[in-house]
Amino acid sequence: MQREQKSVRDLKIGESGIICCLNDPEMSLKLLEMGCIPGEKVKLNSRAPLGDPITIIVNDYTLSLRLDEAATIMLKA
Amino acid sequence: MSEVLAPVPAAAPSILTGARKGVSKIALIGNPNSGKSSLFNHLTGLNQKVGNFPGVTVDKKTGTSFLTPQQRVQIIDLPGTYSLYPKSLDEKVIIDLLHNKKSDFYPDALIITADASNLKRNLLLFTQLADLKIPAVLALNMMDLAGKHGISIDLEELQRELGVPIIPVNGRNGSGVAALKILLSQPLQVSTATFFEIPDDLLVMVRQIRYYFELSNDYLALHYAHQYQKLSFLSEDDKEYIAELVKKYDFKSNTLQANETIARYVRINEMLLDAMQVTRAESNEQQSNKLDQILTHKVFGYLIFFGVLFLMFQAIFAWASYPMDMLDLAVATLNAWIQSKADGPLIDLLTEGVLAGLGGVLMFIPQIAILFAFIAILEESGYMARVTFLMDKIMRKFGLNGKSVVPLISGVACAVPAIMATRNIDSFKDRLITIFVTPLMSCSARLPIYTVMIALVVPETYVLGILSLQGLVLMGLYLIGFLAAIFSAALMKLVLRTKERSYFIMEFPTYKMPRWKNVGLTILEKVKAFVFQAGKVIMAISIILWVMSSYGPGNKMEQAEARATIEAKTQQLSEQDAEAHIAGQKLEESYAGQFGKFIEPSIRPLGYDWKLGIALLTSFAAREVFVGTISTIYSVGDSENIATVKEKLMAQKDEFGQPFFSPARAFSLLIFYVFAMQCMSTIAVVYRETKGWKWPILQLLYMTGLAYVSAFAVFQIFS
Repeated sequence: MQREQKSVRDLKIGESGIICCLNDPEMSLKLLEMGCIPGEKVKLNSRAPLGDPITIIVNDYTLSLRLDEAATIMLKA
Repeated sequence: MSEVLAPVPAAAPSILTGARKGVSKIALIGNPNSGKSSLFNHLTGLNQKVGNFPGVTVDKKTGTSFLTPQQRVQIIDLPGTYSLYPKSLDEKVIIDLLHNKKSDFYPDALIITADASNLKRNLLLFTQLADLKIPAVLALNMMDLAGKHGISIDLEELQRELGVPIIPVNGRNGSGVAALKILLSQPLQVSTATFFEIPDDLLVMVRQIRYYFELSNDYLALHYAHQYQKLSFLSEDDKEYIAELVKKYDFKSNTLQANETIARYVRINEMLLDAMQVTRAESNEQQSNKLDQILTHKVFGYLIFFGVLFLMFQAIFAWASYPMDMLDLAVATLNAWIQSKADGPLIDLLTEGVLAGLGGVLMFIPQIAILFAFIAILEESGYMARVTFLMDKIMRKFGLNGKSVVPLISGVACAVPAIMATRNIDSFKDRLITIFVTPLMSCSARLPIYTVMIALVVPETYVLGILSLQGLVLMGLYLIGFLAAIFSAALMKLVLRTKERSYFIMEFPTYKMPRWKNVGLTILEKVKAFVFQAGKVIMAISIILWVMSSYGPGNKMEQAEARATIEAKTQQLSEQDAEAHIAGQKLEESYAGQFGKFIEPSIRPLGYDWKLGIALLTSFAAREVFVGTISTIYSVGDSENIATVKEKLMAQKDEFGQPFFSPARAFSLLIFYVFAMQCMSTIAVVYRETKGWKWPILQLLYMTGLAYVSAFAVFQIFS
């Protein structure tokens, strides 16, 4: 019955969430260094014309990343 | 265990004393977009040099700066990075340099740049560098922007926390640079603070590495454990030693790096709690966002991007033509003046060999300058990142990456720096494909050929009153090159079946007005590179060609001259025609003529004759030689040397008395040069970047084959 956890990928434009954890060890370091730290607020800012990549706002600056990458940033329920 | 953990004597803080041994070295390091390049330009001005880091092919910019009128230092500009754990080859240079005290470029001090409006993330790199215990100063940039964001920073408090001097600087107007120089001219201390405590359970291993390599601090030793495979200065034995330790102590590099990063952020948050106040945020973000809504819009985004490209090509063709014509005329006039004053083989060598070659180099400076001005402005303003964002999904379909757009666009200037620019693509497969297809983008060296051929066969008319038809054809050629590049990439994607992840995590810089000084320096640097690197080859080949076309085997040329003189007399030719006839006969018998005739059968199907054969062969080393070659070939024996290249070519007739450069021949040549890989430097750089001959040779065969087949098709269709 456990519902799947929400990730940044599931956000709508303008919606935000709090980062809970990063579930991809390879990618997590890069994301951490770029400021995607557990506990930080993250907002989905925009999508590229073809829906992918997206931009998010975290720590007051804009980061662009692909949907696959966004899917590894899990949000607190 | 107790022996290993015994206190290690503190490393004597190395201090910067300008007069010690020659010139001191100061490395400039910081996050991308933190104002590093501007600061570099302010510190060094025109005293810049571009070279390679020893052993690798990443561009190394160094420059000299006078801290005081007596004290000269060398400033080393390092690639922008977010941390000391490099993700790309580009960033690897940094650890190769900072982790190796024996490196020739090991800095005596660091200038760490940070963006004040984004301090938290910028300090991550700072704390890592501080823990390496290299004397440093923090140059805090964009304080004004931080102010606008409602961020106020208590510099004294921050300086106390960080343990190094902080100088607020402004990369735009250069304020703070003088203070920075004064500070750097004094002995600098290493930071007194430690920002990351190495966990106790790692200390045993870390200390073993530290003793083994005689390192000055634990954190550096920890880095050896994390990155020994990436440190190119370590011997195989050294790596083996660390590998065993890592295995023995079950050292989980990935997890530990993540934990370290989080621990550093916790510490930075604590520090900033007192030193930084935020009253309101996101004001600048919103302004940038409004622009983004238009510039990355579904329709307008692409329209604007193509508009920008179109403007760029119109500018290259239309605006550059005036200074180009002037340069061309100036060289021709100088030539005529010299020839009117003196005569003899040496004068001929000077005018027809050296000056003809020089003209071929100088003429294209305006076009290269305009092209790089555009690229630099797009890069500086932050627009290039949006282009990457717009194009990523499309590029991915072709096995490329949004980041491939930058090498591909730079490829229109020159494939050599473009291929080097692929180093910021993290995925090896994406990078290899980008390297393979980039030379298909029409580089500036092809422009001379395009320009001359288009001028010959495309009328100088305007479509719809404003669009130059010649400009449109030129843009078409660039487009063909681009299409060939992306379709070749798609082909390679099918052939290369490796399972490797590609990343696209990138900071979106806020829009900024380009700094004109930076744009100017970029243009200067690129023009200099073109004139000196391409110029050398072109001059040498011009001279060789002159010799080859002025002398022949045995006394064949004398015989030809005698025969032609008699022919001219019996046919009662005018004086001028007689001279041209004699010159033509002589050229045919020269070494160059023999050479061209030898390969003529293989290029007949493309519509080319032996004269073009000479040009094709000589331009194999570098295509910009083509125009120089044909101007040399056609000017030899030409009594009036002031005619420009275009007029000379227009006067050429084929065996039926029709203009030799018919549309069919001109378009065939154009297509040949769109595809052919006629560039030694590119082959050399691909060899270096892929570390082997496999890829450059495949690339050469592929592109030359494509060129031959396409040129053949074009000639057959048009004639």
